[in-house]
Amino acid sequence: MAELNTGDGGGKKGDGKVRSKKSNSKVDLTAMVDLAFLLITFFMLTTTLSKPQSMSLGLPDKEDKPDPKNQVKVDENRTMTILLGDNDKLVRYVGLLATPVAGGAPKEFSYGKEGIRKELLSRKKLVLEYTGNKDKGMIVIIKPSKKSNYRNLVDVLDEMAIVDVPTYAIVNEYTPEEQKLLEGK
Amino acid sequence: MAVKMSKKAASIDMTAMCDVAFLLLTFFILTATAKIPEPLPVDTPASTVQTKLPDTDLATITVGKGKVFFDLKGREVRKRTLELMGQKYGVAFTEDESAKFALMEGVGVPITSLKQLIAMKSSERSKSNLQPGIPKDSLDNQLSQWIQNARIANIEIDDKELQIAIKGDAKEEYPAIKKVMDILQDQKINSFNLVTGLRAKDK
Repeated sequence: MAELNTGDGGGKKGDGKVRSKKSNSKVDLTAMVDLAFLLITFFMLTTTLSKPQSMSLGLPDKEDKPDPKNQVKVDENRTMTILLGDNDKLVRYVGLLATPVAGGAPKEFSYGKEGIRKELLSRKKLVLEYTGNKDKGMIVIIKPSKKSNYRNLVDVLDEMAIVDVPTYAIVNEYTPEEQKLLEGK
Repeated sequence: MAVKMSKKAASIDMTAMCDVAFLLLTFFILTATAKIPEPLPVDTPASTVQTKLPDTDLATITVGKGKVFFDLKGREVRKRTLELMGQKYGVAFTEDESAKFALMEGVGVPITSLKQLIAMKSSERSKSNLQPGIPKDSLDNQLSQWIQNARIANIEIDDKELQIAIKGDAKEEYPAIKKVMDILQDQKINSFNLVTGLRAKDK
């Protein structure tokens, strides 16, 4: 047991009478245990949380001279293009810009659950119905403009992970029409 | 006698509990990694993806306020990288400087002023606006050299490919990030990590 002999019996060691007085006082460990557990909690939480989270990103090989043989043509009905502008602006269209598919005309969306995620989910379903093939899901093309910031890019990549879009790519080329789309309105 | 017994039962013996608590405490203190002050504090954007970064074989490129900082894990790898960088740019580092560099945080100075940076105290180094960032222009692409030499050093010492993480500030404009990605892609690094904060899923 955690007991400490207090000083009064110290001088008379070996004397049986002193021991019978039972003047030992127990040290109260409660406060010490409290403190120890508090520190444990602190260190447990800080060690697990301080490890930075990360998001892995794979990009295609960079080609200096694009080889026409490697160009893959995809069905425009499966693609959605997301343009990222300045001031957290996000515009999306489905299909080709000149001839968007039904309901896919350029439209502005907000970030987050109520905005682009809803659209992505519904569009993903539509694409699956259209192709009827699980392996041919939606393709999302993300086009960050020069004015967009890094948070927007990570937000959109995050939406891709949440919605589980099978194929997405970051494309840096802008057509003049798309530029106009972002600047206008 | 009976009175004595009841007195003993009144208080619980906490010795064992105390022992366990302190054992755990010691364990967590020892395993905890001390947070190194960052010379370039950045506010990372949040995401719901929860992949942890590796502890070893990792280079972190911090991008913020238009500056680029480079950080590397592993003392031996750092020493070797410094040696290779010194050879490349004709700067000789002493044994002392190399040992000090191995323990340093991320650097953000051109290679020519690295010597002065190493000579400083760590409290002086972490002052903001002291380090101008690593040059990354096409004429003087030191960032690319850092990455390349770090990869060579990592393969020599640990026999593993170096992982690259990009730690960007949330408000940083996209071209700055793209520039770093381009430098990585020029070296055929097509897969890397973006350091993010934690966020709840339905936000």
